[in-house]
Amino acid sequence: MKKVVMGNHAVSYGVRASEAKVISAYPITPQTHVVELLSELVANGEIDAKFIKVESEHSAMAACVGASAAGSRAFTATSSQGLLLMTEMLHWAVGARLPIVLTNVNRAIGPPWSIWTDQNDSLSMRDVGWIQIYCESNQETQDAIPQAFKIAEEVQLPVMLVLDAFFLSHTYEIVDLLDVEKVREFLPPYNPELKIDPADPHSFGNLASADYYMELRYMIEEAMDEARGIIKRVGREFGEHFGRHYGMVVPYRCDDADVILVTSGTVASTTRAVIDEMRDEGIKIGALKIRVLRPFPFKEVSEVLCSAKKVAVLDRNISFGNHGIFYQEVKSALYGKTDIPILGYILGLGGRDVTPKVIREVADKAIKDKNPEPYINWIGVKK
Amino acid sequence: MREARIPTDEIMGSGHLACQGCGATMAMRFALKALGRQTAMVIPACCWSVIDGTFPHSAVDIPIFHTAFETAAVTASGLKAGLEMRGDHETTVVAWAGDGGTFDIGLQSLSGAAERNEDIIYVCYDNEAYMNTGIQRSSSTPVGSWTTTTPVTNYKKRPKKNMVDILAAHEIPYIATGSVAFPEDLIRKFHKAKDIKGTKYIQILAPCPTGWKLSPELTVWAARKAVTSKVYPIMEVTENGNKIAVWKEFEPTSFKEYIKPQGRFRHLKEDEIAKIEKDIEARWQRLLAKEEMLSSIPGL
Ligand SMILES: Cc1ncc(C[n+]2csc(CCOP(=O)(O)OP(=O)(O)O)c2C)c(N)n1
Ligand code: SF4
Repeated sequence: MKKVVMGNHAVSYGVRASEAKVISAYPITPQTHVVELLSELVANGEIDAKFIKVESEHSAMAACVGASAAGSRAFTATSSQGLLLMTEMLHWAVGARLPIVLTNVNRAIGPPWSIWTDQNDSLSMRDVGWIQIYCESNQETQDAIPQAFKIAEEVQLPVMLVLDAFFLSHTYEIVDLLDVEKVREFLPPYNPELKIDPADPHSFGNLASADYYMELRYMIEEAMDEARGIIKRVGREFGEHFGRHYGMVVPYRCDDADVILVTSGTVASTTRAVIDEMRDEGIKIGALKIRVLRPFPFKEVSEVLCSAKKVAVLDRNISFGNHGIFYQEVKSALYGKTDIPILGYILGLGGRDVTPKVIREVADKAIKDKNPEPYINWIGVKK
Repeated sequence: MREARIPTDEIMGSGHLACQGCGATMAMRFALKALGRQTAMVIPACCWSVIDGTFPHSAVDIPIFHTAFETAAVTASGLKAGLEMRGDHETTVVAWAGDGGTFDIGLQSLSGAAERNEDIIYVCYDNEAYMNTGIQRSSSTPVGSWTTTTPVTNYKKRPKKNMVDILAAHEIPYIATGSVAFPEDLIRKFHKAKDIKGTKYIQILAPCPTGWKLSPELTVWAARKAVTSKVYPIMEVTENGNKIAVWKEFEPTSFKEYIKPQGRFRHLKEDEIAKIEKDIEARWQRLLAKEEMLSSIPGL
């Protein structure tokens, strides 16, 4: 069924279709609608789940941890300060190998207070061990949820889905809503072998000496690595069921491109429009959207980018002291594979608009710029 | 033949990692005897995260989920919801935390769970300080006590936080205090809590020989004297926080006797002891007055 829905509600419908059993969340702009619609869907019986209305995001993730440890499918949504408050429990979910799914609406971090989008919240959780997938449209935002549960439950790692504040969260688009029955064929019920069960008592997470700890971390990395194949397979299977295919990256007119712009989130759609315009002018330019940040798609990224003469990475985030984060990632993916210039551009922080004009400015600059100098290219900063 | 009043099933085994004479192990042993094997437990950071044993061993024969310091009550809430959604309505879910994890860092999530009236038993084994990290003061540390962060030159001046009143203000169905010196009373309270739906809070005085500077064979002695000297009243609060029943059928003993073998109080001078004693009696009288006052008002 097709319906015009806002990004936040696409999230809620994705959760409904995935038959999450325990939902626990705390309100924060711009994520609040997710929680509101979910509580309504639970209250009127459209979702057979328990909704634990906790007193903080730290507790929201802890409740999901408990529920998931008991063997139930658990979901939460948050943003910015809320995600930061969860940090300790995000690590807990990984160490305990719990397949929780979280949707984070990218919102800039204070101070100063900002409710508008940038990626520093989710990217500050890059190294925690969550699989991270960046969404570009409301359709993708909804479709990502059953895929996320399927991936998470296979590799026993939690998955964070990310969408831009307002540009997606509050924007209405046509979404083909997922049918619960049909999703059931795609996503089997969750029934883990190891769980909290008095009939089969185990102690989970107790003190581990140096004789064990490292092996347990090694196993997390192994699962991350395994996730690469599983994310692709699940994206294909989803396509077979619903006609919409998803991969690790999305290349656009890259085949003969001299310059490739690397993007993520909603900036990717705007970038494609600019690419078309420049192609019409005869400029050989393309774009690569990175959909999955963790596990990082080294192979896919380098395959696409190595054919270009120059790469420009657009970052809606900043790692103070070392460039944008996607820039760092792309650089490490290309290390030793090519010596083409890789340029980094910081833009759109705190919700500043990334219009086609802004992207055109970056593209023109990238064509001219030679080496990654000045060290960081800031776009549109009033100095 | 006489029926054993304390269940004989030993769910807590040997091989735990506690110090000699640890009151926290006794509390667990009695609690599990009463609760039985159809129990699942959440343990946040505290001495018990070590006592349970190192991976892959566990001293306790029920499922245990170790969680972050401040999340005992909410992880238990999630666990309960998760079990119920799997169709398991029988398992008793217990949050098992120290006083630091209860009175201080875990208070927010405990208050949240109590306000939602989650169907869990929350147990605080109260050793009156952060013992796991080496005896620092908590808001449960009693007035007059030494800890490593309240040195004798500046010992704890503020009274112990009144958690029972805080929980009672949440109007939860069952609150009780106990002491490891009175196992039958504890077992009775756990039996009772198990059959009540909603949030149950049980706080157990569990002396810590290491942190109290007490000889390990005196754990039970101290746990008894704390009650008989009125320092640690044993009570039940029922009818959603509106009825109090204080246990009074004991031979009163003195505070001075209670603290004598405890190094944590050794620095106290006569006048300081007298002042604390006076406050203990005043608190006791207030408690009895409250019990009396509430007895004549209809509960909720
Ligand atoms: C967020 C966080 N802060 C601090 C710690 C360190 N820590 C672990 S146990 C503990 C003290 C626990 O005290 P209490 O709850 O009274 O239990 P006890 O050790 O006395 O049994 C502290 C401070 C931690 N694990 N997590
Ligand atoms: S420090 Fe105290 S509470 Fe902790 S194990 Fe030792 S005796 Fe028990």
